[in-house]
Amino acid sequence: MKALTELKKSIVVAVWFMFLTFPIMVIRVNTIEKIIEWRWRNMIFIGVGSFLFSFLWRYLLERKQKQQEVQKGTRSWGTLILEEPKIYRPLLAVFALFVLVFPFIFSTYQTNIMTTALMYVILGLGLNIVVGLAGLLDLGYVAFYAVGAYSYALINYHFGLGFWAVLPVGALLAAFFGILLGFPVLRLRGDYLAIVTLGFGEIIRLILENWNAFSFGPSGIAHIPRPGLLGLNLTLNESIVYMYYLIILFCLLTIFIINRLQDSRIGRAWIALREDEIACQAMGIDKTKTKLTAFALGATWAGMVGVIFAAKTTFVNPASFTFLESAMILSIVVLGGMGSIVGVFIAAMILILTPEYLRAFSNYRMLLFGAVMVLMMVFRPQGIVPNVRRTYKFRIPEKEVR
Amino acid sequence: MLEINNVETYYGNIRALKGVSLSVSEGEIITLIGANGAGKSTTLMTICGIVSARSGDILFQGKSIRSLEPNVIVSLGISQVPEGRRIFPMMTVAENIDMGAFLRNDKAGIESDLDYIFTLFPILKKRLHQQGGTLSGGEQQMLAISRALMARPRLLLLDEPSLGLAPLAVAQIFEMIKKVNSENGTTILLVEQNAFMALKIAHRGYVMETGTITMEGAADVLLKDENIKKAYLGL
Repeated sequence: MKALTELKKSIVVAVWFMFLTFPIMVIRVNTIEKIIEWRWRNMIFIGVGSFLFSFLWRYLLERKQKQQEVQKGTRSWGTLILEEPKIYRPLLAVFALFVLVFPFIFSTYQTNIMTTALMYVILGLGLNIVVGLAGLLDLGYVAFYAVGAYSYALINYHFGLGFWAVLPVGALLAAFFGILLGFPVLRLRGDYLAIVTLGFGEIIRLILENWNAFSFGPSGIAHIPRPGLLGLNLTLNESIVYMYYLIILFCLLTIFIINRLQDSRIGRAWIALREDEIACQAMGIDKTKTKLTAFALGATWAGMVGVIFAAKTTFVNPASFTFLESAMILSIVVLGGMGSIVGVFIAAMILILTPEYLRAFSNYRMLLFGAVMVLMMVFRPQGIVPNVRRTYKFRIPEKEVR
Repeated sequence: MLEINNVETYYGNIRALKGVSLSVSEGEIITLIGANGAGKSTTLMTICGIVSARSGDILFQGKSIRSLEPNVIVSLGISQVPEGRRIFPMMTVAENIDMGAFLRNDKAGIESDLDYIFTLFPILKKRLHQQGGTLSGGEQQMLAISRALMARPRLLLLDEPSLGLAPLAVAQIFEMIKKVNSENGTTILLVEQNAFMALKIAHRGYVMETGTITMEGAADVLLKDENIKKAYLGL
């Protein structure tokens, strides 16, 4: 009975789609021979296609609902892997080995794009502080990335300072800009905050694009030196491999620090702020300080990756810091699962690497991207790996609880 | 202990409090009753510093707290149970309780306060690792009160603890408020629409109407007052 109604609904959908697409898919005016072609076969394709798609869609939705009912309390295989040391330790060891030998097995091209993907992992983790933990929707995150990249490019150009000297400077400058953005948006929430941060991102990009005397405008700055290694002269290939290991190091550092931050006092304050602002104030949490540290710390990572980006590409121009970039980083966070480190890692790999490997389909890239986003939001809104926060436990024997 | 003198609070251009004065002395349960929109919650929010007063003064233990930040006010020993409970829904009960002790560092004191809370509300012990949002209304209210108590306040502000609760749960909550006051000596300022219940456990009461205090007195006197009976008790 139920299947029958489902079938009926799918048929209705199919008919509706056939009707909607009739003018574009069936009728075609041939202007050369001045006739109208009726392509009825297309209609059949659309009908069958939309029927099957609608049926699958309904089936998946229903399955999701059933799963939710069944799964209350039980752990999914994903969290099982993450929580069971016997499973995740060997996996982690194999993964670490793979990561270490990666540049020796694969070509420099592969190493190079892997480096890019890892940069996005760090960016995602940084934005995760702001969006995932503190719940402040930031659409202008790329501004801090730009600040970092340009601080290396400009300081190097004017004062000749090297990568390692500028790295902390870039991070600090980005943090400063984070606080600068933080002050005016302290009172804003949700949509309003998103709009202001979006504007901030655009302002930074427009300044870089138009203030020729300062940033050399759209033509950008070239010949930025790659990071040095104890004064050695590295060939291009060697420096790409070096860059790869460097980014791995930064990645580990970021994961370590963010992991500690999550469980720290300030981390809990961020989560409280995300959940309820008034209650958070009633607990004696300083709202101003908490928000500003979230913005500043989030921006710090972007600034650092910015410096690395400038050193990696040896060239910066404003075109690298468009809104699309912010959207990409935000997608990584949302797709991966807000607040989840493993999720951000996986999502960055998927979103950055697949376009590289599927260059043949590059025309359909945004289409696929959109479709994946819609499907994710419908069927798995919590992200690829939902955040498994370490929960605070009181020392109470289990027996006593019962 | 707490002295409010002629406080005026505005939301934009709307004057929500038109010169409110009240006083709470150590160890008392004071209730502030009144209809919807009288300014009861605004009074509490003003004391906490979440909304700032435009004029007048608020003294806590002799010192002005009017222009202090909310977090400083909490650290002085004023803790609030906000209206509508406002627990952190995605955090577990244990984490919620722990957030209450955010400003404290004395481990031993926190542990003993925890034990005290579990004797007050044994049900919370069973719910420790459940998400706060999955609790029933009454349990959430207990959690909100526990969370506020974890700050070990000298003055506890309660904003409509009976809101949306079953009568049985309301009776239980009020019982516990009275207990906290008599056992710990915690001073309590209770804002309520449920005037009858509130006046029954309070020592003194204030009646609020459209931003001003219209009446004050001992709770048992107010309970017998003809005007109050008509307006708030439905007798």
